[in-house]
Amino acid sequence: MTPFENSKSSKKSSGRGEPMVWFTGMWLSFGMLMIIVLLSIIVKNGFSTFWPSPVLQIELVEGSEAGLRGSSKLAGDIRKEQIRTTASETGEAVPEIQLFIGNREAYNTGFRFVMESDIKSRDFPEGIMRAERLEYGDMIGYPARLELADGSTIKSTDDSFASTLHDIVKEGNKRRHEIEHIEKDQIGAINRSMESIKMKRRGWESEEDIPEKTQKEMEEKQAELQADYEELASEAKTLRELQSANTLHYLLPTDGERSVPTGSIVDYYYPNQLNLFQRTLRFFKRVGSFVKEDPREANTEGGIFPAIFGTFVMTLLMSVAVVPFGVLAAIYLREYAKQGPIVRSVRIAVNNLAGVPSIVFGVFGLGFFVYFMGGSIDSLFFSERLPTPTFGTGGVIWASLTLALMTVPVVIVSTEEALVAVPRGVREASLAAGASKWQTIQRIVLPASLPGIITGLILAMARGAGEVAPLMLVGVVKLAPTLPLDTIAPFIHLERKFMHLGFHIYDLGFQSPDSEAAKPMVFATTLLLIGLVIALNAFAIIIRERLRRKYKTSAF
Amino acid sequence: MTNTTAENTTEEAVETAPTTPEGAKLDYIKVEDFSFNYTPEVRVLDKITMDIPEKQVTSFIGPSGCGKTTLLRNFNRMNDLIPGITHEGTIHIDGQEIFDKKLEVISLRKRIRMIFQKANPFPKSIYENVVYSLRVAGRNNKALLDEVVETSLRGAALWDEVKDRLHDSALGLSGGQMQRLSIAHAIANQPEVLLMDEPCSALDPIATAKIEELICKLKNKFTVIIVTHNMQQATRVSDQTAYFYLGKMIEMNATQEIFRNPSCEETERYISGKFG
Repeated sequence: MTPFENSKSSKKSSGRGEPMVWFTGMWLSFGMLMIIVLLSIIVKNGFSTFWPSPVLQIELVEGSEAGLRGSSKLAGDIRKEQIRTTASETGEAVPEIQLFIGNREAYNTGFRFVMESDIKSRDFPEGIMRAERLEYGDMIGYPARLELADGSTIKSTDDSFASTLHDIVKEGNKRRHEIEHIEKDQIGAINRSMESIKMKRRGWESEEDIPEKTQKEMEEKQAELQADYEELASEAKTLRELQSANTLHYLLPTDGERSVPTGSIVDYYYPNQLNLFQRTLRFFKRVGSFVKEDPREANTEGGIFPAIFGTFVMTLLMSVAVVPFGVLAAIYLREYAKQGPIVRSVRIAVNNLAGVPSIVFGVFGLGFFVYFMGGSIDSLFFSERLPTPTFGTGGVIWASLTLALMTVPVVIVSTEEALVAVPRGVREASLAAGASKWQTIQRIVLPASLPGIITGLILAMARGAGEVAPLMLVGVVKLAPTLPLDTIAPFIHLERKFMHLGFHIYDLGFQSPDSEAAKPMVFATTLLLIGLVIALNAFAIIIRERLRRKYKTSAF
Repeated sequence: MTNTTAENTTEEAVETAPTTPEGAKLDYIKVEDFSFNYTPEVRVLDKITMDIPEKQVTSFIGPSGCGKTTLLRNFNRMNDLIPGITHEGTIHIDGQEIFDKKLEVISLRKRIRMIFQKANPFPKSIYENVVYSLRVAGRNNKALLDEVVETSLRGAALWDEVKDRLHDSALGLSGGQMQRLSIAHAIANQPEVLLMDEPCSALDPIATAKIEELICKLKNKFTVIIVTHNMQQATRVSDQTAYFYLGKMIEMNATQEIFRNPSCEETERYISGKFG
C-alpha cells in the first residue's frame, strides 16, 4: 500500500465518524439551550420587577366586564399581554392585557384582565403618581392635596406641593426608623433584662428561698425597667401619632377620593414623567432597597435582607462543619484503611448517602440534632428556661449540621479523588526523607490535594445553599425577628431560627395569600439566590486556582 | 562463586581504589542470603550475598527486571510500603540489622537517603525542598537551616545557579537542576548512605555529566550505591560493580576488573551488548 492510499483510507474512516460529532454536539447544545432559556427567564423577570414601567390609563367601551366601581377608566402598568381562548363552544382567540392596578384597599384586587376589544382609548397621563405604602401595596392615583397637622391644606397645583410632599415623606421615613430603633433595640434590651431577672428567680427552688436582700434588689430593678419601658413606649406612641398627622389625598383613576397618612408612604414617583436615566436610577434604588431592607406585608413587599443573611451564615457554618468532617474521613478511608471489601462497602455506602432524599436528612436532623442533642443541651445548660426550648428547637446550627451531613459524601468523594491523584513519587520522596506517614500527608499530600478538596466544597455549598426541604424541619421560618449574627453578646446566636432564600421562594410563590402579586418577588428572590450561589462558588474557585498554581505537581 | 568474588573485591578494592579513606569498612553494608518476594509466587531476589564497602561508589547493573532496584529499595526499607511482601536473610548496615523490629524505619531512612529515577521536588520553594528532612525531624532553627541550605546546595553543585531564587518554587527548575536538588535534599541531614536509582536516566548528556562529576565528589563523604543501565556511566563513576541477572547476583568486582576481564560469561555478554 502506498502512503497515498493510506491517507485516503484514513480520511474515509474519519468521514464515517463525522455524524457522531454532530450527534454528541446536539446533546450538548440542547443542554446549553435549556440552561440559557431558564436563566434568561429568571434574569428578565427578576430584573423587570424593579424596572419602573410607565402607567397606562385606558378608557373602556360601555358595558365592559373589566370596569371597576362603575367607572369606565382603569390605570396600571402592563404585566402581561396574552391571547386567551374563550370557554365558549366556538373557542375564539381573544387578545387581552393584564394590568397591575394597585390600590388594593379600594379594589380588593391587585390585577385586572382587559380584552383588547374593550379598550376605547389609551394614554399615559403625566400627572399620575405611584406610591409604595406600608399597607395595601402600591397606590396608583392623582394627588389632590396635602392636609397638614396644623390644619392647612396645600393643593397639588400649588408650587410648594412637590417640595412639601418630598420633605414630609422623608421625615416620615426617618421617624419610622426611629420608632423601629426604640421598639426593636431599646425595648428589646429592656425585655432581655427582664427575662434574665425572671430566669434568676427561677434558679431558686421557690419564692421563699430567695434571700430578702436579693428579692428586694430584683424588685427594685424590675420596677426601674418597667418605668423605662413605659417611657419608651409612650415615646414610640407619640411618634406613631405624628406619623398619621399629615395625610395625602388623592383621586383614584376610576372614581372617588382617598387618603393616606404620609407616614406610611415609603416612596413615591410619577412613572410617566421619568426619562430613561431617571428610570435607571430608580431601578438601582429599588434593587438596593430590595437587598438591604426587611420584608413587609407577609414578605410580599420590601426587601429580603434577613433571608440573604440567613442563607449566607448557614452556608458558611455548613462549610465549616463539612470540610474537616469529610476530609478527615476521606484521609482515613484512602490513606490508612486497608483496601479491601470493608473499605469498598463503606465507599459504596458513602456514595449512596448522596442519593438519600434530602427530606430524610431533615427528619434525621429534627430527631437527632434538634430533639436529642438540642434537648440534652437544654436540660444541661438552660434548664431554668424550660419548658421553653433554647437549643431544643430548630436553629441555624442544627440546619447547618443537617446540611453538612447531607453534603459530606460529596466532600469525601472529591477528597478521595484528590488524594489518589497525588503522585506516588512525591509521597515516596517524602517518606525517604524520614517523614512519618502523617507528616507526609500533612505537609505534602494535603496541600497538593487542596484544590480537589475545594472543588468538593464548591459542590457541597452549591447543593447546600439551594436546599429547602430539610431546612423546613430544622430551623427555617417565614419571618425571623432577629438575625443569627448581631451586636448583642454573644454576637453569634447559633440557636436562632433564620430566614432562607430558597424557603422564601417557596413561601412567596405557594404560601402567600396573593401569589400573583408575589410573583415578581419570587423571580427577584430566585435571581438573588442564584447570584449568591454563583458568588460563593466564584470565591471558592478563585481560591482553588490560586492553590492550584502554588501546588501544581511537577511536569518533568 | 559469590564468596570468591567477595574476596576478590576485598583485594581489588584496596588496590584499585586508593581514594578510599583509611579505616573505611569494606563490609559496611553486608547482605547475607537475602531473598525477596512481592507475592509468594513472584521471587525477585534470590539468596543475594554481597559486601558493599564504605565511602566508595558501587554500581548495580543488569537487564530490566533483574531485581537491582528492589534490592536498593530494601536498604532503606521503601519496600515496606508495598503490601504482601516477604523476605528472608539479613542486611546489616554498619553492623545494624535493618529488619530488626526495634529499629525505627524513620531513623533508618534518615541515615540511608534515596534519590529517585524521576526527581520529585515537593511543590514548595527550593529552600523548603532542601531543608524538608530537617523540618520533619523538628529542626526549625533559622540560622541552622540557612547554613544547611548553602552547604547542601554547594555540595550538589547547584548553589551558584539558584542562590538568588531560593524562595522560588522548585518546580521552575530544569530536569537536571531538579535532580541535583534531590541530591541536595538528600545530603542535607548528613546521611551515611546515598541510594541512587537511575538518577540520570531522564537527563541530557550535559546534565548527566554534571551529576556524574558530583557523584565522584560525594564518595568522599558518603557511601554511594547507584543503579544504572548505562555501562559507560558505571565505568565512569563507580569503584565496584555488581551484575545482576534474574534475581541473582552473578558477579561483583572492582569496576575496571569487571569490565576488562569479567569472570562469568553472562557478564561478558551483557557488558559487551550481546543481550539485555
